[in-house]
Amino acid sequence: MSTSADQTLRQILADVLGLDPARVARFDRDTGLFGHLPELDSMSVAGLLTEIEDRLGFIIDDDDVDGELLETYGSLLAFIEARLASA
Amino acid sequence: MIVGWPCPDAAAPAGTRDEWALVFDRGRARRVLIAPALFDEHNRLRRFAAETMRRLDEAGIDTMLPDLPGTNESLAPLDQQSLGGWRMAMAAAGRHFAATHVLALRGGSLIAPDLPGWSLGAIAGTSLLRQLLRARVLAAREAGREETQEALLEMGRKAGLDLAGYRLGPNLIDDLQHAVPAPHLITIAQADLGGAGLWLRAEPGESPEQSAALARRIVQDTPA
Repeated sequence: MSTSADQTLRQILADVLGLDPARVARFDRDTGLFGHLPELDSMSVAGLLTEIEDRLGFIIDDDDVDGELLETYGSLLAFIEARLASA
Repeated sequence: MIVGWPCPDAAAPAGTRDEWALVFDRGRARRVLIAPALFDEHNRLRRFAAETMRRLDEAGIDTMLPDLPGTNESLAPLDQQSLGGWRMAMAAAGRHFAATHVLALRGGSLIAPDLPGWSLGAIAGTSLLRQLLRARVLAAREAGREETQEALLEMGRKAGLDLAGYRLGPNLIDDLQHAVPAPHLITIAQADLGGAGLWLRAEPGESPEQSAALARRIVQDTPA
């Protein structure tokens, strides 16, 4: 797990969803996101993805955005790490 | 206080129509026009903007937050608006209220009049549009419909488009694709306000600390 991507993603989730950073710090790979966090609707998913793009410097194709991507914290982090590794 | 102001409108017989503005106006020398954030971001920043205005009022600075035609209390049809029209509206509000400065929030930096001032979280029109398009694509997918940003944009430029509950006309969509933040404004970094931008939030929120920090910065930049 790349520490910087992990920390950046936790910060983005706390910022976008207005969640307590202490709560986000307790997220593990299996923590459910879409469908589990009431704060996460389609408008905030769009904001979340745009913020990830801005802060991490890559573009996310809409085709990459599906239920699996946002299923858990681990799946979203794995996607980001793969994108950063291929950049 | 809510007051009316004459907004240019080519379709109105008098050439103007009244729009509303939230103002803290005690006829003081320092007068800051707030160029509001656009679309859903304005909803999420309105309380922040109003709280900042209260802080500036306490510090001896007048502020005005006008409704853009087609938004909030305005009776003008939103799908007839354009960024060019909103820029004219903001310039007219600036003249009407004798504003000396402008504070542009997010997309407000795309329509800020030619006054000295500041921008917070300035965003390019394309980025704003892409976020709205993406929200629509994701919502459609949840509902079992497949849409793409490219196809939506193509359709929007011809016939307008519903995005995040806003009916945007072809002119506004076309304008957004080209608009960049006003270069003459001083950039205030969100990090300087001590927290994440409230426009990021899924729900409207407020932060008295951030409003106070923003007001302090404006007071500091505009010595009495």
